Amino acid sequence: MSQLLDLQHVTVDFQSKNGLLTAIRDVSLQIKAGETVCLVGESGSGKTITSKAIMRLIDYEHGRISEGSIVLDGVNLAKLSQHELRGLRGKKMAMIFQEPMAAFDPVFTIGNQIMEAILEHQQVKKDVAWKQAIHLLERVGIPEPTLRMKQYPNELSGGMLQRAMIAMALACGPELLIADEPTTALDVTIQSQILQLLQELKAEYQMSILLITHDMGIAAEMADRIIVMYAGRVVEQATSEQLFEKPHHPYTRGLLRSITTIDSHRGNRLFSIEGSIPPLTDMPSGCRFHPRCPYATQKCLLDEPPLFEINGRQTACWHGEQLVESEDGIGKSEVMPPIAVIEPKHDQHHSTLQRQLLFDVKGLSKAYPVGKGLLQRASSLIHAVDDVSFTIEKGETFGLVGESGSGKSTLGRVLLQLEKASKGSIRFQGLELTQLKTAELQKDRRDMQVIFQDPYGSVNPRWQIGDIIGEPLMVHEDLDATVRRERVEALLEAVGLKRGWYERYPHEFSGGQRQRIGIARAIALNPSFVLADEAVSALDVSVQAQIVNLMQDLQRDLGLTYLFIAHGLHIVRHISDRIGVMYLGKLVEIAASEELFLHPAHHYTKGLIASIPVPDPKQKREPFSLQGEIPSPANPPSGCRFHTRCPAATARCKEEPPAWQEIQRGHWVACHHPA
Amino acid sequence: MCKRFLGRILASIVVVFGALVFVFCILYLLPGDPVLSILDPATATPEMIENMRKELGLDQPFHIQFGNYFAGILQGDFGTSLVNSDPVLPKILLHFPATLALTLASTIFSAVIGIVLGVLSAIHRNSWIDIVARLVGLFGISMPTFWSGILLILIFSVYLGWFPAMGSDGFMSLILPSLALGFVGAGFIVRMVRNSMLEVIHEHFIVTLRSKGLSEKAVMYRHALRNALIPAITIIGIHIGDLLAGTVIIETVFSRQGIGRVIADAIMARDLPVVQGVIFFSAIVYVVVNLLVDLSYSLVDPRVRRAS
Repeated sequence: MSQLLDLQHVTVDFQSKNGLLTAIRDVSLQIKAGETVCLVGESGSGKTITSKAIMRLIDYEHGRISEGSIVLDGVNLAKLSQHELRGLRGKKMAMIFQEPMAAFDPVFTIGNQIMEAILEHQQVKKDVAWKQAIHLLERVGIPEPTLRMKQYPNELSGGMLQRAMIAMALACGPELLIADEPTTALDVTIQSQILQLLQELKAEYQMSILLITHDMGIAAEMADRIIVMYAGRVVEQATSEQLFEKPHHPYTRGLLRSITTIDSHRGNRLFSIEGSIPPLTDMPSGCRFHPRCPYATQKCLLDEPPLFEINGRQTACWHGEQLVESEDGIGKSEVMPPIAVIEPKHDQHHSTLQRQLLFDVKGLSKAYPVGKGLLQRASSLIHAVDDVSFTIEKGETFGLVGESGSGKSTLGRVLLQLEKASKGSIRFQGLELTQLKTAELQKDRRDMQVIFQDPYGSVNPRWQIGDIIGEPLMVHEDLDATVRRERVEALLEAVGLKRGWYERYPHEFSGGQRQRIGIARAIALNPSFVLADEAVSALDVSVQAQIVNLMQDLQRDLGLTYLFIAHGLHIVRHISDRIGVMYLGKLVEIAASEELFLHPAHHYTKGLIASIPVPDPKQKREPFSLQGEIPSPANPPSGCRFHTRCPAATARCKEEPPAWQEIQRGHWVACHHPA
Repeated sequence: MCKRFLGRILASIVVVFGALVFVFCILYLLPGDPVLSILDPATATPEMIENMRKELGLDQPFHIQFGNYFAGILQGDFGTSLVNSDPVLPKILLHFPATLALTLASTIFSAVIGIVLGVLSAIHRNSWIDIVARLVGLFGISMPTFWSGILLILIFSVYLGWFPAMGSDGFMSLILPSLALGFVGAGFIVRMVRNSMLEVIHEHFIVTLRSKGLSEKAVMYRHALRNALIPAITIIGIHIGDLLAGTVIIETVFSRQGIGRVIADAIMARDLPVVQGVIFFSAIVYVVVNLLVDLSYSLVDPRVRRAS
């Protein structure tokens, strides 16, 4: 196979207020025709910049290629004018993006935007382009393509939009498809569908794919070769078998060890790479990874390692070879010493005598009216949560999973009385919350706190973090200013931040640190219950691990009970004692964490678990994914709501809603034909 | 769509009624006796004053006065002028076309200047055109209309003699006042469009469009502009209210016969029915314009159109 794309020593600079900033340096990589190469690394590693440099989209962001060449099929892209590039963009090379919702122009129809790509590069009439576009939409698996052509982006789901995006990218049969985190914003089930589609299309169109991802599981599943980037440099390059078998660079090793899988032991502490990626303005000397590297020596501090050829692969580490030799076999299978924390909790969990309920929820429903206006009555109700019953025990972590639109977040908000329940009862520490008046609730609120998803949006940017963390204390406790400050500083320390950072503002912190601020605020009042709504979803894998470890430490020290809502299934499995699975407002299964993953009874749970990419290239799993998408909650299917997507559905499922039954002790499921 | 339309119209009617109540209350509570401003207090006997008050219905309690006024409005009777007993509505209708022409002309002027400059300055950020645009924005917002009006008269009528300095007949007499009045709006719109354009340019979908190989022209004028205009339309709609208010000054400066002048004169003469009538009439115009703006949204923004 010949090289389709060849990057040699590419350096990209950005013009900023403080002069030139080098975003990526000396990046060399090749992609052969028909090959899939994955670019992995944490956010800030330069993956996206590299891809935008190839498309020369950096030109629009005050960036320029200051050194090196990017040769696509014999043409050096780095030297072309924008006019010449336009002939190649969308035709020879195309790109799909992370957030399909934001990647379409909201005021033009889908059809219009796909046709635009066709008309730009092909000499065809509009009606021909129209037919081509319909054909493309059909090919990427969009039902009713003619109708979709006339729809606007806000009328399609994220999964559908990403398919449409792919259709648009394929419009002129590109040879290179760059996919920048194409599934990060999507549910795991849809992710699986999209990845499968990309695999099929790659063969069909005989194109090469440069896939950018932070998910090692996706890389393992898709890639022929993997390139690991860190702080703007390539640190390792190997075939995916080689890389997973024996990562050479300490950073790669760290990344692989940060992954939790279905096989990892829940009692173990999650591995995390300490610290975070350095900002462009403050690059460490020598090897850029040395401040976070456990093996760093004096040499690493002084000299920057080049990419060495070792064992038929490339690594930019001074000690790569020795490390591999001395610690042969180290890798993802290495077991961290288990921490004793979880064990006593397990005992407590199994001894029925000591079971103390914190939350007892019965028949809880939450419905929102739709189409309600000033003069119109609600035309229908959306049952976001429908007749849900479960309990949360004191000291446990209850996980809640399900696709977006399943009602997990709504359930969390209703539990905390941030929204009023439409029906049902919520008993919290024996108290019926739904009957309380706002003033009475105030007292109990201090016992229930929240950690939010978005560490950027959930703190006031104009407040010092000391004030942010101290606010709950202001509201609920009458403290002297100095006492309060002392309390806040202790909290800062408890969540792994420095006492002296009291006066800093949120923008001075990284995402992970901000999430720590959010956690400090949540535990400020010594609550008994904390709702973590997608609290780690926006963070990089290694930072995710840091936060999860912190949450578990705090749980042990403060006796907290968590409701952990997330769509990252492995992380939920790791942190939760029991897990509830939601689908279209209904709880469909509850079981102990391991039990649920080992013996899922509901076919939806099974589908969810099977959709998770496995970070092991040798275990290319059977392409399996749940078909279709979650239906609209405004008009849920009859009978078992899952029957439209269920592989085991029968006539009975269509008519009769399944009863909530206990198939084993502590394992509940709502299914007529549990697996 | 139809439902939405009806809902908007009903809401507009409520707003108009609210405006009516508000106008009536304000003028009712205003200090000063209109009767005394009609009759000379030095010569009028208490009986004359009392008779006058009865004749005008001013001796009735508040709600009766309002009821009478409202009933009149519904029949197209805005009352009669206290000064010369002319009916108010025909007076307004007589002078409204001149004001309408002025408002329209300055709206067009400010929208064109505002949008063109705003878009160009956003695309060519930090270039000379951006500096011009920012200056227009700054001056437009900070210069009072009477001052820019006088300045325009001085330059273009007195020195250059290109346009008439006063009067309200013909197209030529419209140019200077609409420039003076539209300049304020242009300032607002330039800033607004520039900001919203800059915002749109940094949206993700712009990158997508470029990655398709579209030319910058297509990206900017076909896609970005249409998105950026959505908030601009609101501003233009709201601004028409300011223009109506601005005519009071500009029509005086340029000695034009419009309803701005009518209300200015009426205020001087404490001619309450005329003041009430003009304010209420302007409120109707304002509500209608904003109703149209609201509906035009759905033409530009499919999200609004399909949401209904």
